[in-house]
Amino acid sequence: MGSGNGELLNLTLKVWRQKNSKAKGSFETHQLKGISTDMSFLEMFDVLNEQLIHEGKEAIAFDHDCREGICGMCSMYINGRPHGPKGAVTTCQLHMRSFKNNDTIVVEPWRSVAFPVIKDLVVDRSAFDRIVASGGYVSVNTGNAKDANNILIPKPAADDAFAAAACIGCGACVATCKNGSAMLFVSAKVSQLALLPQGQVERKERVLKMVQQMDEEGFGNCTNTGACEAECPKEISLENIARMNREMIGASLK
Amino acid sequence: MASSPKLDSKIPEGPIDQKWSKYRSTVALVNPANKRSLEVLVVGSGLAGASAAATLAEMGYKVKVFCFQDSPRRAHSIAAQGGINAAKNYQNDGDSTYRLFYDTIKGGDYRAREGNVYRLAEVSSNIIDQCVAQGVPLAREYGGLLSNRSFGGTQVQRTFYAAGQTGQQLLLGAYSALQRQVGMGAVELCARHEMLDVVTIDGKARGIIARNLITGAMEKHFGHAVLLCTGGYGNVFYLSTNAMGSNVTAAWKAHKKGAFFGNPCYTQIHPTCIPVSGDHQSKLTLMSESLRNDGRIWVPKKKDDNRKPTDIPEEERDYYLERRYPAFGNLVPRDVASRAAKERCDAGYGVGASKKAVYLDFAFNTIRYGKTEAAKLNLHNPSQEEIVRLGKEVIKEKYGNLFDMYQQITGENPYEVPMRIYPAVHYTMGGLWVDYNLMTTVPGLYALGEANFSDHGANRLGASALMQGLADGYFVIPYTLGVYLSGEVSRMSAEKDKADSIDKLKTKHPEFDKALEEQTALINKFLSIKGTKSVESFHKRLGLIMWEKCGMARNKQGLTEAIGEIQALREEFWKDVRVLGDANEFNPDLEKAGRVADFIELGELMCKDALHREESCGGHFREEHQEADGEAKRDDEHFKYVAAWEFKNTSNWELHKEELVYENIKIAQRSYK
Repeated sequence: MGSGNGELLNLTLKVWRQKNSKAKGSFETHQLKGISTDMSFLEMFDVLNEQLIHEGKEAIAFDHDCREGICGMCSMYINGRPHGPKGAVTTCQLHMRSFKNNDTIVVEPWRSVAFPVIKDLVVDRSAFDRIVASGGYVSVNTGNAKDANNILIPKPAADDAFAAAACIGCGACVATCKNGSAMLFVSAKVSQLALLPQGQVERKERVLKMVQQMDEEGFGNCTNTGACEAECPKEISLENIARMNREMIGASLK
Repeated sequence: MASSPKLDSKIPEGPIDQKWSKYRSTVALVNPANKRSLEVLVVGSGLAGASAAATLAEMGYKVKVFCFQDSPRRAHSIAAQGGINAAKNYQNDGDSTYRLFYDTIKGGDYRAREGNVYRLAEVSSNIIDQCVAQGVPLAREYGGLLSNRSFGGTQVQRTFYAAGQTGQQLLLGAYSALQRQVGMGAVELCARHEMLDVVTIDGKARGIIARNLITGAMEKHFGHAVLLCTGGYGNVFYLSTNAMGSNVTAAWKAHKKGAFFGNPCYTQIHPTCIPVSGDHQSKLTLMSESLRNDGRIWVPKKKDDNRKPTDIPEEERDYYLERRYPAFGNLVPRDVASRAAKERCDAGYGVGASKKAVYLDFAFNTIRYGKTEAAKLNLHNPSQEEIVRLGKEVIKEKYGNLFDMYQQITGENPYEVPMRIYPAVHYTMGGLWVDYNLMTTVPGLYALGEANFSDHGANRLGASALMQGLADGYFVIPYTLGVYLSGEVSRMSAEKDKADSIDKLKTKHPEFDKALEEQTALINKFLSIKGTKSVESFHKRLGLIMWEKCGMARNKQGLTEAIGEIQALREEFWKDVRVLGDANEFNPDLEKAGRVADFIELGELMCKDALHREESCGGHFREEHQEADGEAKRDDEHFKYVAAWEFKNTSNWELHKEELVYENIKIAQRSYK
């Protein structure tokens, strides 16, 4: 067993329910008893949903898939923070040992103009896919590659590119930002490719296109409050935003 | 034994090292103008699906991609941790295409096809080149060259990696390539869509029925070819390392439309997963095999030893893998490591509260690394604390994210205490039967990646799933699809004046409406039962039957009982399942009902296959068939074949056999001692 030592919690949950994108939503309150501290936050939701189905009520819709913190699908806004109270974890990796007996937990969907609610806690993040489609790649068709070791990459550059590439595209950065800005997400991809030799050919064009698409999707401006970095489950650094700003200036000057 | 006439593997003639190169230089091609009028449906967006879709679109085909997640980037390939194999021989340690081929065949316990596996080994190098060109940040040495590490079942270092996030980085590379084609209008993306059926017309695959998961709308999609890249079916066990949404539905519906299912009982139980912590458990989390490079597996020598692991002295620990398999030690293949862990736990040496766990201990190599680092830094007589601190830094760089994940889940710090691990369902080697072209027994219907059965025999080696998914998508299907589609070009030309040709009717063909009506009726059926038990509860019960009786060890009595229990569970499901909400809305419970219904049917076939295979091989361990020392006992005389099952009707399948021919490898008893 884990360090929960079999402790059980009684909880009050206030969960956002919304029938569909057009409906007006509201909070619904549920009581949960005997929640093991070894459970993950989503397993606690499984228990709640089983309870609801048993009572003949529709289960709460929420996005989740890998439940190991890497797919980026889970997206709950818990007590005013994306992915909850613990730093550097996704909702699926948050465990109930982070809560206390008799806690009230408020759970909402990501809230952003660019992420409309689909149902309950599920939002539409396809804007991120469109930003990647606008330029978040190296244009290399399959079969055109030279031997991988012909491209030498200094380890520090490779490590920095990797750190930026660790972004899971969950959207917590947007959800936590008072402006609903997607700068951290976009800058992570721009940085990854700007740091690597493979990304140089399209370097200027890429940043211009991705930023243009970001603006068209309705994301807000960055005012350097840093909430995105603080809430990012993968600890993507604000340095990426600074780097993207430099890339933008470089690209605009020609 | 001769193969069934229904199973033509289409392995090209000629020497093994020339089969693929000759074949791909001589197969029929489709000219660029014709590619523009050919539509390909790709179901699933993991490594196989994303790489296939991107590559086919680059070639000029009209491609549609379907995934049930909100974005193609979420496919479960993303969770693969440790690495990807390639026969680059960058380490100058004796690797070659032949050695990768040999290791894979042997690792699969001589139950995979030589022709396919050699091709896989051949294209493995191209995969690394392609991924690096895309900007995938694989790990590097200080000189700027790519880094490698070891995985189980091999004695060379051929595994490329990106910390513990190799699958994520490779998938994001393939996803970027795919999104580039989406941006160019060459691929139409249908996210949050679930394929519910294949539409066949005159025996050929002509499209699919899919449900828009947001609106519930049932949709018809036409394609000249359909590629199923839908992953494996490990979730039949309820608890597995698969994602919550991973399911067999697309493959199972294809099976019921005529695609034979190959070796369904071949399941990989991964030795190093975080143990179950209670009844609430919804999934299991893998701790990468790469950890076995630096982690040593042990249990106490004394039964029911309840001391803290750090209090148990060295001489009272049993490093049972090193003891039993001195040549490979902690890096034996997964099936061997899993069974050895089960053996120790069953014998009473397990650790932790449940006693169903063994230790994976990094202390020894932390010290070793610490000493090396101290030497690098010219520290003379470093203190023990200094050595440990330096060693932890090395461990953190190599496995940091895995250690963090372990700590999140268990609340324990693996830098200080050994991890507790236990085997869990991870991968399924079985899948839809395909020929050398990756085509199923339904013309025009293909299966790629984990969804097919072809390359891993009865046990997959670590870091080979990523290799196979990308091989199929980037380098195999782009060639082999032309074999079929060039025929379609001729047919289209011959039928161009025919008023009711499929090319003119497309989704207006009555077969599309028929399939749509059937699937709509099924959806309505789930909602109309209004029973008393949740979908989840049925899934849990199925999983328990499968794990107990068709899991790490199987026997005749258990499998026979399991078949009866599953049949009863199926009947109960259709009488008493409770699915709430509506068909015409976002309804995750309804989605899951369909998936569980298919898992129940699959579970029965898996047990049937496991029961018929009266031998032990790879991940399939029949207790009746073992050597005196507990090793798996194969029966090559009677079972050196692929079991391909043809669906007849409920609980009724016909077995077809494809004989496995070994011309290049001498088939032997597998030994890692």
